[in-house]
Amino acid sequence: MKNKYFLIFLLLIFIFVSCQRRKETTNSSDSIQIKGSDTIVNLVQVWAEKFVDGKNEISIGVTGGGSGTGFAALINKTCDIAMSSRKIEVEETNLAMDGAVFPFEFVVGYDGLAVLVNKNNPVEELTMAQLRDIFTGKITNWKELGGDDLKIVILSRESNSGTHMFFKEQVLRLGNVNAKDEFSPRSLLMPSSTAIFDEIEQNPHTIGYVGMGFASDLVKTIKVAQTKGQESVLPTVDNVLSWKYPISRPLYLYTDGDPKGLVKDFIDYALSDKGQKIVEETFFVPIKKGK
Amino acid sequence: MSNDLRKFKDKFIEKIIFFCGILSIIFVILIFSFLFKEGIAFFKDFSPIKFIVGQFWYPASKPPQFGILSLIIGSIFVTAGACIIAVPIGIASALFISEVAPKGIRDILKSIVELMAAIPSVVIGFIGMVSLVPLVRSIFGIPTGLTAFSGSIVLAFMAMPTIVTISEDAIRSVPWQYKEGALALGATKWQTIRRIVLKAAMPGIIAAIMLGIGRVIGETMAVMMVTGNAAQIPHTIFEPVRTMTATIAAEMGETVKGGLHYRALFAIGLVLFSITFLVNFIADLFLGRGKKK
Repeated sequence: MKNKYFLIFLLLIFIFVSCQRRKETTNSSDSIQIKGSDTIVNLVQVWAEKFVDGKNEISIGVTGGGSGTGFAALINKTCDIAMSSRKIEVEETNLAMDGAVFPFEFVVGYDGLAVLVNKNNPVEELTMAQLRDIFTGKITNWKELGGDDLKIVILSRESNSGTHMFFKEQVLRLGNVNAKDEFSPRSLLMPSSTAIFDEIEQNPHTIGYVGMGFASDLVKTIKVAQTKGQESVLPTVDNVLSWKYPISRPLYLYTDGDPKGLVKDFIDYALSDKGQKIVEETFFVPIKKGK
Repeated sequence: MSNDLRKFKDKFIEKIIFFCGILSIIFVILIFSFLFKEGIAFFKDFSPIKFIVGQFWYPASKPPQFGILSLIIGSIFVTAGACIIAVPIGIASALFISEVAPKGIRDILKSIVELMAAIPSVVIGFIGMVSLVPLVRSIFGIPTGLTAFSGSIVLAFMAMPTIVTISEDAIRSVPWQYKEGALALGATKWQTIRRIVLKAAMPGIIAAIMLGIGRVIGETMAVMMVTGNAAQIPHTIFEPVRTMTATIAAEMGETVKGGLHYRALFAIGLVLFSITFLVNFIADLFLGRGKKK
C-alpha cells in the first residue's frame, strides 16, 4: 500500500519537473514571446492557444503588464511581439531606433463602447464631459441634461472587467493617466453586459455602457460628442474606424521590423478570418466590417 | 477461516464508516485553515480596522481601497429582510400543514414545499431579475428595482422550504398528549397551538430559522442578479446593496493568484465564515437551553 503511494508521489514529482524543464527551453526559434497590454491579453491568449493547437514543436508565451511594459520589452529585445491598446509614442520610437529596433505596427481590432439609455428617455446625445459628470455622480437627475425629472441610475460592469477599466480611463479620467476619478459608489455593478442591457431595457432611470456588439433596437444608443459643439455620433463600425466616435481605441500588435517566419504566421493568423472571428467572440471590434 | 473473513469484513466496514464520519470534520478544518492562511496574509499588508470600517471598495484602483463596511451592511440588510419575510410565513405555513390542513391538502402542500427547495438558485435569481425587479420598481416608485428588498424577497423564497420542513417536523413531534390535555381543559384550538404546540416545538423552530439564515447569508448567485451590487452604505432597504458573497463570486475569477486583491477576497470569506459560525453557535445555545428544560 505504502509503496503504491510513494510511486504515485514520485510520478507527480517527475511530471512537475518535466513541466519546469519545458519552460526553460523556450528561447529557441520556434517559440514566440508576447508582452504588453492587459486589455487584450485574453484575446491574444486565445489566438495563441488556437494557433499552437496541434503543433507540439511551437510554444507561445503571453504575459500582460501594460502597453508600456510591452514596448519596453520590444525595445530590449526580450519579446517578439508587443501588444498595445495605444499607439507607440515618439519617444519610444526614437529609443527603439537607437537600439536598431524598428517597430512595425499592426491594427488587429478595435475596442469600442456604446452608451445606452432606456427607449423612453428623451436624451439623445451627450458630450464626454457630461458622461464623466454622470458616472462620477456629479449629475444625479436626467432633468439637468434636458430629460425627464428622474433620478439617474448608473449601471457599470464589475471592477475587474476590462470594459470597466477602459471606460474609467477614457471617460471618467478623459484619458489623463494621473487623474484619480472613480465611478460613483452609487453605481450598480452588474455581473454581465447582458444584465446591464436587460435593466436598461425596462427602466427609464438607467444609463450604462456595453461593448458595441451588444447595442440593439430595444434600447437607445446615445450619440457621443468629444466636446461641446462637435458633431455627436453613434458607435458604428464606420465611426470607430474613422476615429469619430470618442469611446473607442484600436488594438495593436508591434513587431521588430517586417515580421518573418513564425511571428509572421502568428500575425497572419490574427488578421485572418478565423483570428478576427475570435476578436468578435472576445467582445472587441474586428478590423473588417462583419455581418 | 470464514469466521476470520467475517471479522475482517466487519472491521473493514467499520473503518469505512468511521472514515466517512470523520471526513466532514477534516474538510471543515482544511477549509478553515486554507481560508485563515490566505486571509491573514492580507492583514499583513492592510490594516484589519481599515478593512472592516472602510467605506469604499475600489479593489482595482491605484492605490486600491478595501473597505468592506458597505458589503457587511449589505449582507445584513438582505439577510434581515429575508428573515422578516420568510420566518412568519414559514412558521405559519408549517402550522397550517401540520395542525390545520385536512389530510389530502397536507400531503400536496408538503410535497410542493419540498419541491421548492429543489429549484436551483440561478433560476430563482433569473425569475427575480426579469419579473420581480421591474415590479418592485413600479410598485414603490423607486429609481431601480435592483435593491436589497428584491434580494430579500428572492432569498425568502429560498429559505422558506428549509424553515417550513424543519419546523413542521418539530411541530409534528410534539406529543399528542400535550394537545389532548390542553383541549380537555377547555382551550380552543388556537390557544392550544399558540400556548402549547408552539412552545413545545420552539427549539426545533429556532433551529429551522437558523438553518434558513445560514442558507440566506451564504447564497450568492440569486443575490448577485437582483441586488444591483453597488458598494455603498444603504439608508433604506429600497436601495441597491452589494453583499459579501456576490463580491467574492464576481471578482475571484479575474484576480491575480496570490495578489493583494485575491487575499482581500479571502479575508472577506473569513469574515463571512465567522458570521455563519456565530449564527450556528447561537442556534446551538438555544437548542441546548430548550433541551435542558
